[in-house]
Amino acid sequence: MGQALHYYDALKQFIEARRQQSGLAEKILIQVGSATCEKAAGSDLVMKEFQKLIRASGRDDILIKQTGCTGRCAREPIVGVFFPGQIPIKYERVTIDRVQTIFQEHILQGITVPEFVLDKKTDKRYDYVITVCSSEKCRHTKADPEKMIMDALVKEGVPDGTVRIFGGGCFGLCANDQAGKQQVMMVFPERVIYTFETDEQLEEIIHSHFSQKQIHSKYLTQADFITEQFFSMYGDVSFFNKQTRLTLRNSGLIDPESLVDYVMNKGYEGLAKVLEKDDPSWVIDEILKSGLRGRGGGGFPTGEKWKNAITYTNDPTKYVVCNADEGDPGAFMDRSALEGDPFIILEGMTIGAFAIGARRGFIYVRAEYPLAIERLEKAIAKARENNLLGENIMNSGFDFDIEIRLGAGAFVCGEETALMLSIEGKRGQPRLRPPYPTQSGLWGHPTVINNVETWANVPTIILYGAEWFSRIGTAKSKGTKVFALAGKVRNTGLVEVPMGTTLKEIIFDIGGGIPENRKLKAVQTGGPSGGCIPIDKLDTPVDYDELAKLGSIMGSGGMIVLDESDCMVQTAKFFLEFTQSESCGKCVPCREGTLRMLEILERIVSGNGQMDDITKLERLSRMIQKASLCGLGMTAPNPVMSALENFREEFIIHITEKRCPSHRCAQLIRYEIIEEKCTGCTLCARRCPATCITGRPRQVHFIDQKACIKCGECFNVCKFDAVFKI
Amino acid sequence: MSDHTKLDSEIIKFIDECREKEHADSYLIAVLHKIQGKYGYLSDVHMHEVAQRLQVPSSTVSGVATFYHFFRLQPKGKYHISLCLGTACFVKGADKILEAFRSELGIELGETTSDKLFSLECSRCLGVCALAPVVTINDQVYSKVSPTQAAELINKARFEEAA
Repeated sequence: MGQALHYYDALKQFIEARRQQSGLAEKILIQVGSATCEKAAGSDLVMKEFQKLIRASGRDDILIKQTGCTGRCAREPIVGVFFPGQIPIKYERVTIDRVQTIFQEHILQGITVPEFVLDKKTDKRYDYVITVCSSEKCRHTKADPEKMIMDALVKEGVPDGTVRIFGGGCFGLCANDQAGKQQVMMVFPERVIYTFETDEQLEEIIHSHFSQKQIHSKYLTQADFITEQFFSMYGDVSFFNKQTRLTLRNSGLIDPESLVDYVMNKGYEGLAKVLEKDDPSWVIDEILKSGLRGRGGGGFPTGEKWKNAITYTNDPTKYVVCNADEGDPGAFMDRSALEGDPFIILEGMTIGAFAIGARRGFIYVRAEYPLAIERLEKAIAKARENNLLGENIMNSGFDFDIEIRLGAGAFVCGEETALMLSIEGKRGQPRLRPPYPTQSGLWGHPTVINNVETWANVPTIILYGAEWFSRIGTAKSKGTKVFALAGKVRNTGLVEVPMGTTLKEIIFDIGGGIPENRKLKAVQTGGPSGGCIPIDKLDTPVDYDELAKLGSIMGSGGMIVLDESDCMVQTAKFFLEFTQSESCGKCVPCREGTLRMLEILERIVSGNGQMDDITKLERLSRMIQKASLCGLGMTAPNPVMSALENFREEFIIHITEKRCPSHRCAQLIRYEIIEEKCTGCTLCARRCPATCITGRPRQVHFIDQKACIKCGECFNVCKFDAVFKI
Repeated sequence: MSDHTKLDSEIIKFIDECREKEHADSYLIAVLHKIQGKYGYLSDVHMHEVAQRLQVPSSTVSGVATFYHFFRLQPKGKYHISLCLGTACFVKGADKILEAFRSELGIELGETTSDKLFSLECSRCLGVCALAPVVTINDQVYSKVSPTQAAELINKARFEEAA
């Protein structure tokens, strides 16, 4: 055995021994979410309250630890309670009061508090939960695996309402030659995985498991299944069922600041494997074969990029960079990943550095993410202490170190050439490519730049193999993609799904649909560089090429759901305002072109638009797309172009009828009080932030149209429907 | 005022350390972050001193300071209001909150009120989209803010000041 593997085994043994000593396995564990979003929802106070209660109880068998976010933003703070040998219980929206109840009833007396359980309202409790793989590949077996299992249960006479069946995400278990022949399912609470091929085999399993209450060992799959840890904790919650968590598998499970936790979850095993093999070309080959493509938006094959950095140059100085300048408004994938599992990024970068022969790496992260920066700093320090960064990593002779560089709020720095200038301490203005960074990057040396999610995929690919990774996803888009689901959707949050999942599945099955029974209007992907996908194209699978066909892009993963109350002209204008103010000003098409487009859109939303404005917008869009220097400019018109293509009628109504069908454009609407309905309750007058509503108590009120800022507060608060919007 | 004459000794030490490293001038943004962290904004005097100590042209320092939105060239108000204008907040009505702050304070984005009490700024996305619309005042996060609540926050601060 070589040095690296020897080092890794010793590290693991040391950690295991310490864990045994601490008696962790016999203790009750309370786990509190602690990402920026959780903290904003009050998780710090929750943590402190638990600590206070634990101290007061005088018990030494209760442990508390922090973890990253699970992506259930709408239900945070989330608290997990683990009793040794039992299914973990997750509580949602935990407040100080709830902490008291949970501690008194659950921790001290062992009785679950059902009303606070995560997704209690949507997920009825069942005796059994079956998660069946319903990814594209498994679906080849049967049109509807869920129905197939339901039929088998009915046939067996299993009582109605005791078993819940979910069509889950890909487990990544079947080999390519088996795909389409077999079906995989996981049964809770036993957490066993069965693989079967025929209806008869399924019936056998059901009979044994549900009638005889015996696990049917013949069809049992003893697979080392990467998302198992995550599924074991969260697999009984519908939000997580359709997801396949590869890059986020540790987020919400481990303490992000603990190297021990990371190593216990296969952390650094990939790096040990790479250093042990000591063959950079093998690493590049694996990444090439895996089909991994850049997750930052462009979708360039990662292996190809790495290869370029060594093929066309013999420069001995090389760099790797992690692009964590997540500037896309409405996207928080990278923040969550960095806050939830920083070590996986460090490991990925170290593997990449070894492959191309770099000795220095940089993480370029937004200054707006203080918690992510803090956790990265701590992770880097711990990795250095344990010989996982620095000189002679794992005693293998390989030297590599990582430095954090802060951005300063410039969206354009997400563009790779601008990012490099910013690392060099200059104004982040892009330059022409070629030369590409892999030929001439930081300080003129070959540089490989990948985004956070791309790096996070690397250790997994190395660990489980390129062949395994390439089984997940579609023909040309492999693996999974993380999306930040936000806007008008019930379960806002972070989701990781296999490529090929349809937008409909993400929004309705995972996202829970649109709140307040409103109608879905469009989905915006790719942020300011992407476009709106209308409702009739929701069956589009998540795939680089499929989304591009619709005039949108995969982007880095922002996914904003718009409902009927959203105006598409306003939305297009919002994105254009963003790119306009973020344009670095270097090239004329982007700097001036986007400004002219914005002026036209402002005309339209204020009721001064003319019909030829649409033609002008289209002409400008084409010009900007063709003539801009960098990606920011080239994609800036996308939101407008796609809105014009899919919602042209709405633009025309704004122009010809001077009205906004969604009642969103402030200058095209006004609020008035219906005299007959107004009771003079004074509520609207008290709530009006502009104090423009006048009237005595019990008398009809009036809105001063000149002073009104059209915030709609009066409309929202009136209990008598006396305020109406025109 | 002392902060207009000389940089803090800790920052000077940081600059000296950077000068020892390879590509010393690449730490300019990091130095500016430290100064803003300490003083709340970047004054001309400080920027000149950075140029001298780091041995980069003054024009480069001011070029960088003005290019990046994160750097402020004016002091913050006692209550620094940062309104998220990310997509999720926008979709949930951040534009209306902005209008409420504007009319209540009589200032535009990036400005500070004449009594130095309030400054108004927008941030692009705080990444807490599920709590949209989000406003932070100093370090306190307010979620799901309504226009009325925005006006109330200002009045509460004014009231506290008067008391």
